[in-house]
Amino acid sequence: MKDKSAPAIPRTEPIQSATFSNPVNAEIRRAAATGIYDIRGGGAKRRVPHFDDLLFLGASISRYPLEGYREKCDTRVTLGTRFAKNPIKLDIPVTIAGMSFGALSSPAKEALGRGASAAGTSTTTGDGGMTEEERGHSTKLVYQYLPSRYGMNPTDLRRADAIEIVVGQGAKPGGGGMLLGQKISDRVAGMRNLPKGIDQRSACRHPDWTGPDDLEIKILEIREITGWKVPIYVKIGGTRPYYDTTLAVKAGADVVVLDGMQGGTAATQDVFIENVGLPTLACIRPAVQALQDLGLHREVQLIVSGGIRTGADVAKAIALGADAVAIGTAALVALGDNDPKWEAEYQKLGTTTGAYDDWHEGRDPAGITTQDPELMARFDPIEGGRRLRNYLKVLTLEAQTIARACGHNHLHNLEPEDLCALTMEAAAMARVPLAGTDWYPGKAGF
Amino acid sequence: MQTFDLEVRGLRALNETLHAQAGNTNQTVWEVINAKGSHAIAVGLDAPIEVNVKGSTGYYCAGMNSQATVHVHGSAGPGVAENMMSGTVIIEGDASQYAGATGHGGLLVIKGNASSRCGISMKGIDIVVHGNIGHMSAFMAQSGNLVVLGNAGDALGDSLYEARLFVRGSVKSLGADCIEKEMRPEHIEILRDLLERADADARPEEFKRYGSARKLYNFDVDNAAAY
Ligand SMILES: Cc1cc2nc3c(=O)[nH]c(=O)nc-3n(C[C@H](O)[C@H](O)[C@H](O)COP(=O)(O)O)c2cc1C
Repeated sequence: MKDKSAPAIPRTEPIQSATFSNPVNAEIRRAAATGIYDIRGGGAKRRVPHFDDLLFLGASISRYPLEGYREKCDTRVTLGTRFAKNPIKLDIPVTIAGMSFGALSSPAKEALGRGASAAGTSTTTGDGGMTEEERGHSTKLVYQYLPSRYGMNPTDLRRADAIEIVVGQGAKPGGGGMLLGQKISDRVAGMRNLPKGIDQRSACRHPDWTGPDDLEIKILEIREITGWKVPIYVKIGGTRPYYDTTLAVKAGADVVVLDGMQGGTAATQDVFIENVGLPTLACIRPAVQALQDLGLHREVQLIVSGGIRTGADVAKAIALGADAVAIGTAALVALGDNDPKWEAEYQKLGTTTGAYDDWHEGRDPAGITTQDPELMARFDPIEGGRRLRNYLKVLTLEAQTIARACGHNHLHNLEPEDLCALTMEAAAMARVPLAGTDWYPGKAGF
Repeated sequence: MQTFDLEVRGLRALNETLHAQAGNTNQTVWEVINAKGSHAIAVGLDAPIEVNVKGSTGYYCAGMNSQATVHVHGSAGPGVAENMMSGTVIIEGDASQYAGATGHGGLLVIKGNASSRCGISMKGIDIVVHGNIGHMSAFMAQSGNLVVLGNAGDALGDSLYEARLFVRGSVKSLGADCIEKEMRPEHIEILRDLLERADADARPEEFKRYGSARKLYNFDVDNAAAY
């Protein structure tokens, strides 16, 4: 018989595994049920060292600041000064990254053009070709030259203000694109020369060149077709930024666009987004080093993207040596993506505000990442353009605030010496000292 | 006829001169001498002119061509007539890799053989190869016609969409989702017309047609190995 006076045996608490967490197990069950990898939009969601891990030092006695509202802090940037007859002159160093028509609705593309133009900056086409709406509403439009070559034609090539040869994207370096059947409407199918409703894959490699020697000839061809007028950018995903930047520049790029792993995508395998590529923070210094080693820093411009959200991010990227930044996800959020006003509808889709990333399904309640006419009609391109312009202005004002506090009369005068790092990782990646020390991992002499 | 010495005047001057020829030009026939394998010869043309290139060309000859007829009296390097929109490009000799890649329209005729990836990602162009073609030809080909009088290498038409492939000789192997298809009267007609325009001595009835099985158009876990 049980001894009633014996104390009850204490039970261990149920402990969730850090390795087999609930989200991990849910993914295993999803995979087991469907037999296909998870596809989603957006960038890496895991935490990686980022601009948040850097701080500005600000001026004091050894350096003096500029007066916040009185003294000038220039924000202009010129892109493509190396070979192009007509470099791109922007009022602010924040550009809109390439996002495809197909992934985005045409009113959303129009809004990007409106907002960017009102703020004095450029916008970029994407995988799927150039639409009249975005050409018409963008004073400066960069035309992407992608492996798929959907909609690629010499007429659009010649009415672009710059051409961006896309080698890779931070969200999926080494990967191609996909646009699932739900979003292949008649117009999208027509522009891509594909049957309607199919799951469309775009190639990961260019069809008519491989390697840096070919790229040099490809750039020559495009320059000949466009009469050496417009800048040619080369966009790379952050993997081996030192070598890729070197090779892009040697192949003749006017501008290098470098996209880190937090960079968004319209639709890619989650395993790819989360496990391939370098954090944006880790990409910048090696790329800048490559430009410096070639004696071309600031002559070949560097545009950095992947997780830029605030004016502080803009200022930090520039301080580390970028000439400009590009934004994708933040621009979509400014337009109204993942807005709490659609919470009830996000719930119906099995998600919530801020986490909605099934952009490839084309059911976006905000009407931005969809080709569904009813959903698209919810989005007002004029209002969207106004919101984007406001947001771009705020990014600029914030970056100027920081630059003035550091004593600089141009954003480009920000430098690594203005920064310190909060963590060892960030110090190592950004090559700026750990806060309160004059040391960073890898620095000689320690 | 205007003669342009590429060696003396250089590539930039050549393309600039050819681009300056508007639709109503009197100078409709051009001869380019001393091509010597140069890259990007006669790219981005957009007028109904005729350009005869004497000698072999390097990469991307007649790239993005519209309206013009470019005739290479020699062999062509990689990516000849890439992304062609319209017009005609004729290669008397052989063509290297990616001939006619991503072409949207027009006719590319290769009198000799074409190398690997001929017609890769083609989007409406017509390509007629009098000789053989190499491996991975018509990879992801979207639309248009590829006609081969000789043999095709490995993995013909891998992952192709709606392009039509006609081969008279043997096919070493077919790529994923590419199958032999029935030759219907409308195909015979398309083929007859193309053979005639390409000055090819063959009868349509001698060819087999290949196209997409359309099994990879929407993801199906049972086809996973083919992706
Ligand atoms: C909806 C969407 C569509 C995109 N489409 C393309 C594309 O067509 N081509 C491309 O090079 N990059 C594409 N990207 C990546 C962006 O150009 C850019 O690299 C990235 O969004 C930058 O990171 P961020 O989103 O954190 O700002 C896309 C991104 C998003 C969010």
